Amino acid sequence: MSDQGSFRLSPERAAERVAYSISLRKRREKRFLFLGKFAVAVALGFLVLLFAGILSKGIPGLFQHYVTLDVQLDAERLDPSGQRTIESLADGDFDGVVRDALYEVLGGPTGRKAKRQARKLISSGSGQRLMQHVLDNPDQMGSTVALQFAVDDDVDTFLRGLISRDTPEADRRVSDQMISYIDLLQAEGRISYEISDYLFFGSASRDAEMAGIRGALVGSILTLLVCIVIAFPLGVATAVYLEEMAPKNRFTEIIEININNLAAVPSVVFGIMGLAIFIVIFGMPRSIPLVGGIVLALMTLPTIIISSRASIRAVPPSIRDAALGVGASKMQTITHHVLPLAMPGMLTGTIIGMAQALGETAPLLMIGMVAFIVDVPSGVTDPGTVLPVQIFMWADFAERMFIQKTSAAIIVLLAFLISMNAAAILLRKKLERRW
Amino acid sequence: MQVAESSRMVQKTSTLEARAVPDSTLGQIHTDNPRMKARNVDVFYGDKHAIDNISLDIASGQVISFIGPSGCGKSTFLRCLNRMNDTIDICRVSGEIMIDDQNIYDSSIDVVLLRARVGMVFQKPNPFPKSIFDNVAYGPRIHGLATTKVELDQIVETSLQRAGLWAEVKDRLDQPGTGLSGGQQQRLCIARAIAVSPEVILMDEPCSALDPIATAKIEELISELREQYTIVIVTHSMQQAARVSDRTAYFHLGKLIEVGDTKHVFTNPLHELTQDYITGRFG
Repeated sequence: MSDQGSFRLSPERAAERVAYSISLRKRREKRFLFLGKFAVAVALGFLVLLFAGILSKGIPGLFQHYVTLDVQLDAERLDPSGQRTIESLADGDFDGVVRDALYEVLGGPTGRKAKRQARKLISSGSGQRLMQHVLDNPDQMGSTVALQFAVDDDVDTFLRGLISRDTPEADRRVSDQMISYIDLLQAEGRISYEISDYLFFGSASRDAEMAGIRGALVGSILTLLVCIVIAFPLGVATAVYLEEMAPKNRFTEIIEININNLAAVPSVVFGIMGLAIFIVIFGMPRSIPLVGGIVLALMTLPTIIISSRASIRAVPPSIRDAALGVGASKMQTITHHVLPLAMPGMLTGTIIGMAQALGETAPLLMIGMVAFIVDVPSGVTDPGTVLPVQIFMWADFAERMFIQKTSAAIIVLLAFLISMNAAAILLRKKLERRW
Repeated sequence: MQVAESSRMVQKTSTLEARAVPDSTLGQIHTDNPRMKARNVDVFYGDKHAIDNISLDIASGQVISFIGPSGCGKSTFLRCLNRMNDTIDICRVSGEIMIDDQNIYDSSIDVVLLRARVGMVFQKPNPFPKSIFDNVAYGPRIHGLATTKVELDQIVETSLQRAGLWAEVKDRLDQPGTGLSGGQQQRLCIARAIAVSPEVILMDEPCSALDPIATAKIEELISELREQYTIVIVTHSMQQAARVSDRTAYFHLGKLIEVGDTKHVFTNPLHELTQDYITGRFG
């Protein structure tokens, strides 16, 4: 046939070669399978390590130590003008009342030094806490009530066993005098270890025992609300236009490429853009969830557009034909048939985009959402911060108790992310249609 | 053996090429009572000349079938009749297609109205992923054909009855249309098309995805529907064309070669391309 002469294998030789090649192939497949399993095992290992690390540090962070004190709610001292309003209570000596209750338990320390050591045992927010209790229960005025007050963060750290008694007194933040007081309180059973109410209901604070994520959580929710209100309609509209109506020409092609590129732009760039446009040019205030939400919306738009387009494209053309064939207009075809069928995919993409936005830190640092804000934002134009930025700030603080607080906040953030992703999966399962 | 086969193929192609494609259509393109009239229609897909100067009358109250080998333009021409080609960006149509002496490609024509008058049934059954009732009720709803719920119910029932599906689905109207069998789905699509009371129904190979029994049911249905509607059917099955249609048009490479009474075309074709196709020599 060909010029090189004929090449012919005897059936036996051919069978031999085939057998050899099959054994090679099998070995290759085995190797590939092993590598795949190995990669999965490594990934799972890291995941387990990550979760173990976060949970072992974070779960203790969900709890903190409290000391129970019997406080005399003396109307004379707490509410001199007797109106039981927040203004009249402001003149009351709440810190003094709590202090007296503490001194009584400790057997009346004498001398300024001993009293100062005693005061250092409890959180500096204890007076505030008592005032809140009086505001909530005005009828208890005049009686003596047992109330729990958070211990100071150093005392908390000592109680967790992270500060050793063997360390020389000068090198530890808890003095010998304080340790003896703590032992006394423990012997009386006044120290308890409970779920931290400050973590969930407190706001940003430099005092670790009072620091909480409420402000950041509300900030995150407000920011995400702004983000979804802007990004979802815009993203879906863009996807519908590009997929169903736009002419296919050079111009729309350039738009398409740029949307895909936008998805890969580092998020901090969006932050700089937000700073330059919304804050510098439009003069919007810094640190507000409105600007944060707009910036995150711009960041998640490409994700939403791309996933929405993919789900619109997945709607079979025969459905469009069917609708057009009975005389539906283009718009009716889209709103009655294409959009409902593409909606699960669009919502999934949106939720995943939102989860991405929820975990974003860098662009929000650029627009000033890293400010130290104690008040919980009550609207999108109130300055605030968000969970990941709060975590970032806490990770920076020196007090030991912030390590646990940071990990606890990470657990809350992860719980949010996981539940959002679970919602996306559920939604897809529920709305998915076959045709 | 193989060599002999291939040389026969070559011979066959060469004879095919040798056959002259006529400049004008043979047979009778005109009819006494046309519902639609196509005049000098050309269709281009980009640079490709898909339909080359076709003129044809579609007679009122008749079934006309379009036959021809794959890629001959019969489906393209069919889709011109209710402007379904509008959805294809690169498609360009010239010439005139008249319905009631109005050119459907005129800018004053409302495509939505046109498609309500010229309904369509597709190759693959394509019910909406909605209930059987909603599938049929969709057209009447968007066109506002029913003013009350009772009227809508009646339209749905009549349409399903005419499509021969009522007895099979009357107890499960709220179940998804996609859950029916292939043949039932196609009859549901026919019911959906006739629910908007069209004058003409276009059918693009309606039986190609169905088994023989379902096909027989659809053919029976077409015979019943011909009394009220003008039907244009594209088919790959010559037996089907012979069975259901009054007139037959044979397409070849974008041209309309021959059109005439089905009986004539199948017993006494005027052009040898038609002759070769219907005798199964190619296609």
